[in-house]
Amino acid sequence: MRYSIRQNGESRSFPLGESFLDGAVVDATAEIAVYLGSPVVADAGKTAVLVELHTECLAQHVDEAAPDSRNVLGFARYRNGALPPSNLVELVRFPSSNDGAVEAAKALLETAGMTVVVCADQPGRILDRLLRPKYNAALRFLEEGLATAKDMDTTCKLGLGYPDGPIERVVNGGLRHHYDVTKALFETYGTAAYAPPRQAVAAARRKEQ
Amino acid sequence: MTQKIQTVGVCGAGGTMGAGIAIVAARAGYSVICYDTVEAPLMKTVKQTEAFFQKSVERGKMSTAERDAVLARFDRTTDIGALAKCDLVIEAVFENLEVKRKLIGRLDEICPPHTIFGSNTSTLSITEIASGCSRPERVVGMHFCLPAQLMKLVEMSPGILTSEATFQAAWDWTVGCGQIPVKTQDKPGFILNALLVPFNNDAIRAIEAGVADAAGIDTAIKAGLGYKMGPLELIDLIGLDTQVRLCEAFYPITFDPRAACPPLLRRMVAAGLLGRKSGRGFYSYAGNAMFGA
Ligand SMILES: NC(=O)c1ccc[n+]([C@@H]2O[C@H](COP(=O)([O-])OP(=O)(O)OC[C@H]3O[C@@H](n4cnc5c(N)ncnc54)[C@H](O)[C@@H]3O)[C@@H](O)[C@H]2O)c1
Repeated sequence: MRYSIRQNGESRSFPLGESFLDGAVVDATAEIAVYLGSPVVADAGKTAVLVELHTECLAQHVDEAAPDSRNVLGFARYRNGALPPSNLVELVRFPSSNDGAVEAAKALLETAGMTVVVCADQPGRILDRLLRPKYNAALRFLEEGLATAKDMDTTCKLGLGYPDGPIERVVNGGLRHHYDVTKALFETYGTAAYAPPRQAVAAARRKEQ
Repeated sequence: MTQKIQTVGVCGAGGTMGAGIAIVAARAGYSVICYDTVEAPLMKTVKQTEAFFQKSVERGKMSTAERDAVLARFDRTTDIGALAKCDLVIEAVFENLEVKRKLIGRLDEICPPHTIFGSNTSTLSITEIASGCSRPERVVGMHFCLPAQLMKLVEMSPGILTSEATFQAAWDWTVGCGQIPVKTQDKPGFILNALLVPFNNDAIRAIEAGVADAAGIDTAIKAGLGYKMGPLELIDLIGLDTQVRLCEAFYPITFDPRAACPPLLRRMVAAGLLGRKSGRGFYSYAGNAMFGA
């Protein structure tokens, strides 16, 4: 299936040099429209309209209740801060989304070498929803003196077979990035688990100065 | 006073963890006295232990003479008095504060003053376990991972009254056994379970919230982070009932909402969906195959 790309600014999912960018056609009749950056224009004539998401929900771009949004889907390629993106794509659908659009989007991304997981339009989708509270807990444990950062990371690597530990992961991804994500999650969920931790708040404030 | 550790006792040596810890100690050259209150499970470990070291011979990791020597270092008993000659006793008995506290109290009466007591507890406080004896300065947390004979990690925690010398002696012993210790405070779940139990609960809550199904969540975690197993596959492996017990151990102490047992987990346990061991949990298992539940 042919796809066109409408880009506005740098994409976190497909940064410059990614072959996915080269595979796009410059043709208004392409069956799938991919938006890397807003504004998004719904187009019921397309098989699917794909919108790259950051910390925001898909419903921020299009009205979920509008009939011409049925083929509009969100996506985000998981990426830990500024580190290179993984091949995992979270494909966001509404309950009312058209199944054909979901299948077409999945096929397109899988052809591009991605592993695609479909999820609901909720803040943090799957990964940030699950990972950020864990990083928050690890950072809090560090402050409380539970163990050293190295011992916490070693525990997760040796005890659970993780390739890296929570502290090295959140630090390598950038505490500033962690702040941005947790702030967005906290604003919606309002639960303490998502509250940006001191270290991330400090990193964000330092950047502002 | 610290004394060279030569003889090691393992309490609950008929159990899953105790049997593994005994192998770790014997493999490192220590005489091991395996103690359990029940004879049958203790005797079952004889065959398992022989099979373990036979595999080591087959893999070229030890000679038959070395195997025979290591097997000769095991003593098995249901008489707690036999632990009187131990320099270090590690308990891996039922996860129950009263059982562990009583046991340590009894060992305190039997063992010489220099003997160090290690506890393999996963959820209880080392300080509370030590409160049953007259030498709390000689009690230390030594949390091995399952299976102990294969996993290198040991989370080691001093209780409030544990002496530096005791901690160091236990630490050195652990390193000498080829294990990799990490130091943690005496807090619920130490490091591993304190991070893992709430994370696993969050994965269950994501299903409850309709974010994605179990397979989707596990795939996202594995492909996104390079984990070998997703959280729901892991819960199926450890048992949904075990996850409930972990929640019940941590939540009343920490009041961390993430540690509270998700309602879906409780319902699944009530329905008999315990994970791999019952054939169905978040996935269905038929033989070795796995199907999305
Ligand atoms: N199973 C795990 O994955 C795991 C991992 C790390 C730590 N632990 C901890 O290890 C300990 C044991 O767990 P397990 O899974 O091996 O249990 P288990 O039920 O397999 O074994 C416990 C053994 O202790 C014996 N026992 C009970 N009371 C005793 C007493 N007073 N004196 C001597 N023996 C007694 C029992 O007969 C049994 O053989 C617990 O504290 C648990 O939290 C378990």
